[in-house]
Amino acid sequence: MLAEVGHFALILALCLAGIQAVLPLAGTYSRRRLWVAAARPLVSGQFVFVAISFVILALLFIGDDFSVSYVAANSNSQLPTHYKLSAVWGAHEGSLLLWSLVLAGWSLAVALCSRSLPVELVARILSVLACISVGFYLLLLLTSNPFERLLPIAPVDGGDLNPLLQDFGLIVHPPMLYMGYVGFSVPFAFAIAALLAGRMDSAWARWARPWTNAAWAFLTLGIALGSWWAYYELGWGGWWFWDPVENASFMPWLTGTALVHSLAVAEKRGLFRSWTLLLAILTFSLSLLGTFLVRSGILTSVHAFAADPTRGAFILIFLAMVVGGSLLLFALRGPVIYRQAAFAPISREAFLLANNVLLVSACGAVFVGTLYPLLADAMNWGKISVGPPYFNLMFVPLALTALLLMAPGSTLRWKQHAGALLQRPFMVLTVAAGVSSIIWLLWLGYEIHLVPVLAVALGLWVFLVSVWDVAQKTSSVRGRWVGIRRLRGSYYGMQLAHVGVAVAVIGVAMTSYYNEQKDLRLAPGESVVVGHYRFEFTGLEQVRGPNYIAHQGSFSISREGAPVALLQPEKRFYSVAGQVMTEAAIDAGLWRDLYVALGERLDDGASWTLRIYIKPFVRWIWLGALLMATGGCVAMLDKRYSKLAVSRNSVQAPSSEKLEVTAPEPRDGAGLPGRG
Amino acid sequence: MVPGCRAAVSDAVTRLKLFVPLLAFAVLAPLLYWGLGRDPGAMPTALKGKPIPAFTLPSLTTPDAQLDQALFAGQVSLLNVWATWCPSCRIEHPYLMHLAEQGVPVFGLNYKDEGEPARRWLKDLGNPYREVIFDASGRLGLDLGVFGAPETYLVDSRGIVRARHVGVLDERVWQKEFAALYQSLQNPEER
Repeated sequence: MLAEVGHFALILALCLAGIQAVLPLAGTYSRRRLWVAAARPLVSGQFVFVAISFVILALLFIGDDFSVSYVAANSNSQLPTHYKLSAVWGAHEGSLLLWSLVLAGWSLAVALCSRSLPVELVARILSVLACISVGFYLLLLLTSNPFERLLPIAPVDGGDLNPLLQDFGLIVHPPMLYMGYVGFSVPFAFAIAALLAGRMDSAWARWARPWTNAAWAFLTLGIALGSWWAYYELGWGGWWFWDPVENASFMPWLTGTALVHSLAVAEKRGLFRSWTLLLAILTFSLSLLGTFLVRSGILTSVHAFAADPTRGAFILIFLAMVVGGSLLLFALRGPVIYRQAAFAPISREAFLLANNVLLVSACGAVFVGTLYPLLADAMNWGKISVGPPYFNLMFVPLALTALLLMAPGSTLRWKQHAGALLQRPFMVLTVAAGVSSIIWLLWLGYEIHLVPVLAVALGLWVFLVSVWDVAQKTSSVRGRWVGIRRLRGSYYGMQLAHVGVAVAVIGVAMTSYYNEQKDLRLAPGESVVVGHYRFEFTGLEQVRGPNYIAHQGSFSISREGAPVALLQPEKRFYSVAGQVMTEAAIDAGLWRDLYVALGERLDDGASWTLRIYIKPFVRWIWLGALLMATGGCVAMLDKRYSKLAVSRNSVQAPSSEKLEVTAPEPRDGAGLPGRG
Repeated sequence: MVPGCRAAVSDAVTRLKLFVPLLAFAVLAPLLYWGLGRDPGAMPTALKGKPIPAFTLPSLTTPDAQLDQALFAGQVSLLNVWATWCPSCRIEHPYLMHLAEQGVPVFGLNYKDEGEPARRWLKDLGNPYREVIFDASGRLGLDLGVFGAPETYLVDSRGIVRARHVGVLDERVWQKEFAALYQSLQNPEER
């Protein structure tokens, strides 16, 4: 009965979304206020029903209702409760339901946090979001209903969740990633609403910016969590594989990053308008394309999801309608720029333009690499698989160039940078970064190679320049504290995110070049030296988990006689699914990770094959991502974005701030507070 | 008149530029549609003409022994990627036995598999392999660009990959893709 209620709630959500897609939009054309005003209540209703449906699916999992085929396929009575919950989105049907729930959640957030926006704009945005919702509800109900019953004969117990997915990483990674993917539907809806209305001004860009920052921060976190999960769970010690599914999430991240930057130009200087609209459409289209690639099975991937051509065909039709429709709208109604406002080659605009070109080129390179096998096959050029060498060759130079532009770009002024680009302190910092990177690598005892030196130097440079820039901009005659408070959230967010990029790049370069790895066989009692560390295999025992049994090895690790860590990697056998899983043991550290994975017990009964890694600075990759996401959040919470609401509700808002609402700031708003 | 006309033309050109993304998508969509009906099957390798990637991995049959890429030096051989979890490998197995009986050196790459069942497999079905590389983590598979088991590579006497077949190797595939190349690679060796 419960499952049928969930199914019915989903149908109701579809109906409400259908009305929401048509009524408010029609209202904006026929000037019917009631229709326009219906948008917000409809969103709330839609959210409530899809939430009911989601909660019911979770209850079905917790209550072990194996008469529902999705539950039977992905859960088991022995599965711990928190994994039963995360199993809700462990496979196709449930993850689509999560998609829909997140989309409804974003729609609701737009409805609630848009009191200061023109009511017609909100109505259009909500209608566009509802169109996307309708597509996903139809996909769920027509091709992948999670509430389908296995009647008349229900299995006694379920087939268990894939052991790979029984992990903390899976509890958090997909929801985070979806928050990012789906979050880009909001700037997309903003763009479509602007095209429908035929108006796109700097106020539009200011409204769209916090949503874009939020989606971008979530996507950054989601990708980082996925990479972290792959690192400790897959047992290969890798953190990025250029797998089609990873690329599918990385492409919208790249265009999304470009969008974050071009929105800044659109808001501050009113430039790059059609480009910004196109980026907003592109970013969400790539999110949808990612969904299509993952779900249709047209590209082979290590993420072995059940591929189903019917679902693929459905998603493709939907993709064609959304992307084709929005690009057609863009072509017909996109703003034609008669005259480009001038900016000097040494100005913030110029550097942001370069940033956009680089990021979109990087996205293009990843896109080509991901789809090339398909294209080559279609053109009868033979079947080719594209591997990491291609991606590294294409991506690394582009990323390093972007990094090269980042430090000077973020310190420049809009329009024209007065004075020399290369101020003296700036030059000093540049030389300092270069020299100290070499000294640092030598001190760590690493060989000097061009790419890691370059990456570390650029990372240090970005970091130093950021610190210098903050120090410079916060200096005030009335004291440092006044200077610190004078700067905006969006400025601090930017600097934080840039430092995050620098940290991540240092991590990537160090791990890729100075990683030590050993595959060997070892029996209990024996020990081996890798790098500076001695790994002693002290013992092996059998342990029993809730739904698995495992061999657990114990390794005590010491450095120059001093104990460092005790690691206990496991080899687990999940009895229901009949699968064996390697649980690597990791001693995490800011400077290095020690990583031990058990391979296979050898025929003599005592010794095991092992894989040992020493991965320097690997944590920096995720730390950097965390800083970037934090930066995105800080920028999103910039008071400027909620200003209208504030100035309406409170008397104490200074009058100078009210002025800004109507007139876009002419000056370097990210660097200095607008006091014009 | 003339400046107005020029403005109109440049306006039209700019407007046409806005159609570029739509056109790009129009090209892409049929490709994706076509991809739906495609079998991501046999793929030649990007490694063609390049040596087998360096590796040090245990042998499946004698786990004490560590194998490396030197294995492939000295004879033209096949490298067959297999695993016990792969039903097609079971179908392929008798043909590998047949090739081994014909004197074709076949090496195995036991890919993302478990040692015990894999050894049992060889005991039960027969062992066509001169040596089996035990790649439990799939690392060498990743370096080779393995799409899935079964896959077979033709490797020359210097350890250089010459051809690859994704999917079950049978008499038809052997004659079509490997036999001639195998002969021609072997002849200079005897001279």
